Amino acid sequence: MSKVLVIAEHNGTDLSPATAKTLTGALAVGAEAVEVLVFGHDPQGPAQQAAELSGVTGVKVISAPHFANPLAAQLAPEMVAVASGYTHIFAPSTTFGRDLLPRVAGLLRVNQISDVMEVLSDRSFKRPIYAGNAIVTVNVPASSKPILATIRTASFAATGVGGSAAIESIEPQASAPTHTRYLKTEGSGGEGPDLSSASVVVSGGRALGSAENFEIVHSLAKKLGAAVGASRAAVDAGYVPNELQVGQTGKIIAPDLYIAVGISGAIQHLTGIKDAGTIVAINKDAEAPIFEVADFGLVGDLFELLPELERAL
Amino acid sequence: MKILVTLKRVVDYNVRVRVKNDGSGVETDGVKMSINPFDEIALEEAIRIKERGEANEIVVASIGPDACQQQLRTGLAMGADRAILVETDALIQPLSAAEVFLKIIEQEQPDLVLMGKQAIDDDCSQTGQMLAAMWDRPQATFASEIVLNGQSAQVTREVDAGLETIEVDLPAVITVDLRLNEPRFVKLPEIMKAKKKPLDVKPLSDMGLGAEEDFEMAGYEAPAKRAGGQKVEDVAALVNALKQRGLL
Ligand SMILES: Cc1cc2nc3c(=O)[nH]c(=O)nc-3n(C[C@H](O)[C@H](O)[C@H](O)COP(=O)(O)OP(=O)(O)OC[C@H]3O[C@@H](n4cnc5c(N)ncnc54)[C@H](O)[C@@H]3O)c2cc1C
Ligand SMILES: Nc1ncnc2c1ncn2[C@@H]1O[C@H](COP(=O)(O)O)[C@@H](O)[C@H]1O
Repeated sequence: MSKVLVIAEHNGTDLSPATAKTLTGALAVGAEAVEVLVFGHDPQGPAQQAAELSGVTGVKVISAPHFANPLAAQLAPEMVAVASGYTHIFAPSTTFGRDLLPRVAGLLRVNQISDVMEVLSDRSFKRPIYAGNAIVTVNVPASSKPILATIRTASFAATGVGGSAAIESIEPQASAPTHTRYLKTEGSGGEGPDLSSASVVVSGGRALGSAENFEIVHSLAKKLGAAVGASRAAVDAGYVPNELQVGQTGKIIAPDLYIAVGISGAIQHLTGIKDAGTIVAINKDAEAPIFEVADFGLVGDLFELLPELERAL
Repeated sequence: MKILVTLKRVVDYNVRVRVKNDGSGVETDGVKMSINPFDEIALEEAIRIKERGEANEIVVASIGPDACQQQLRTGLAMGADRAILVETDALIQPLSAAEVFLKIIEQEQPDLVLMGKQAIDDDCSQTGQMLAAMWDRPQATFASEIVLNGQSAQVTREVDAGLETIEVDLPAVITVDLRLNEPRFVKLPEIMKAKKKPLDVKPLSDMGLGAEEDFEMAGYEAPAKRAGGQKVEDVAALVNALKQRGLL
């Protein structure tokens, strides 16, 4: 008799697509109840959206002014207070979930499973290790309770809507630690679709050479209605902001179409795109490793091929 | 100020790791081993803090087999002052690693603990957060900038939405991301000098660990291979192929 709690991720007004994907992982456990926990400062929108996801049996809201910008040190004690009612607690393996859930595990003194890519049973899970070069099956012993896991969102489709779960408010239990203070978030807030959930992504690498040159990647993406991504080398060189990095230490994504431009295909980059539907690579080096995984490889100079591709669309 | 830096010995990031034929693990025999790249960045940051005069001692610690001494020696050559090896041949999961580091913290009383944001072998990204929770101290994960102001630190974190800045009181655990700095190369004279620096080895059984419940690693397999490798002649052929798949 499993009861799963999914920690919602949202921006204050909208639930992040990562939540609906995490829910699919939670439903795969075969639980009798799957509830969603929403932290925030009066997060009515996200709570309502969570209640409408199919398969959700209940929504819990814990609201406080200082939850407007969630900090793991504040949320973890609240989660410990509600944890005893659940066999499983899942969070998305986004930076939010990866920051928070191990802190909860530390307080509860249990191990945690990171990046679940497949649910085999309520106690058996598959996850990638060594940048995706190996997959390990993890079995959780019966005495380890509750089971804490982050769900690799690229491995699960979002659950649909159609639910109408009840929303319940819970008072915050723990006193907020003052040793950690939120100051600010700076994002590019760029237009265009969100990289993590976009169905088409165009990524540029070191070969672009400058932020100005990267404009041709933005331009193609715009034409395709695609999100823009980048290799680590392109981010390190300052062509685009860090949140556009794809790969082991950036975002793990699964778009229907991924177009890699001037990216060599290092293992750490490929980890981020192995679940993409179709991969296109444009690179002037016919031996570049990216071509081994590309469904369609085009060999040549990106500065000629990209404008040509844009014109052909 | 005293800084504790954790250094994990892992398969070098350039090695393409293979699963053993019998699925019992990954092939590590004869494979190049290195300091976890994120931990190297953590140590580099500690050294820069010390060079700025904001710290006076750096202790590096590792949990693992005797061979970890190599990575600790490299850490000493980079600029750490002392090293601690908690020796075990067992595979250590993050909860136990955090328990061990908590014991070391109790003995060493550091003002700052710098760790990698993840180990590139297990890719767990858990140990720092677990340690901070058990120690009941702040955590700042995925750091790309650290500014110390006496009793607190301002940390810029690489999060999905961009860059988040938080302030944490010290002592705290900070886990570092790749863009924090670029680690220095060690020079031969430093490697020679490092041989004289103290390296304390203690068996894991001396750490008085509780009964952590380990997960069972029930089998390893290679990832599914993508059926790639096809090339197209030109842009027109690419557009055609994508249209056929209904992607354009
Ligand atoms: C611990 C760790 C984690 C990492 N995490 C990540 C990660 O999350 N994401 C990531 O991407 N990397 C990551 N890396 C870095 C990774 O190893 C590579 O260094 C990086 O992906 C290389 O980026 P790149 O392909 O843009 O550059 P390069 O490898 O330099 O490749 C540039 C490519 O462009 C091609 N080219 C050059 N000029 C042209 C032209 N005019 N037209 C067409 N093609 C051209 C070249 O043939 C080459 O193949 C990580 C590394 C480490 C150690
Ligand atoms: N056995 C170990 N020895 C030294 N450091 C470790 C060990 N295990 C974990 N760590 C530290 O914890 C960080 C995160 O590891 P992980 O949670 O396994 O991804 C690593 O970057 C190391 O700094």
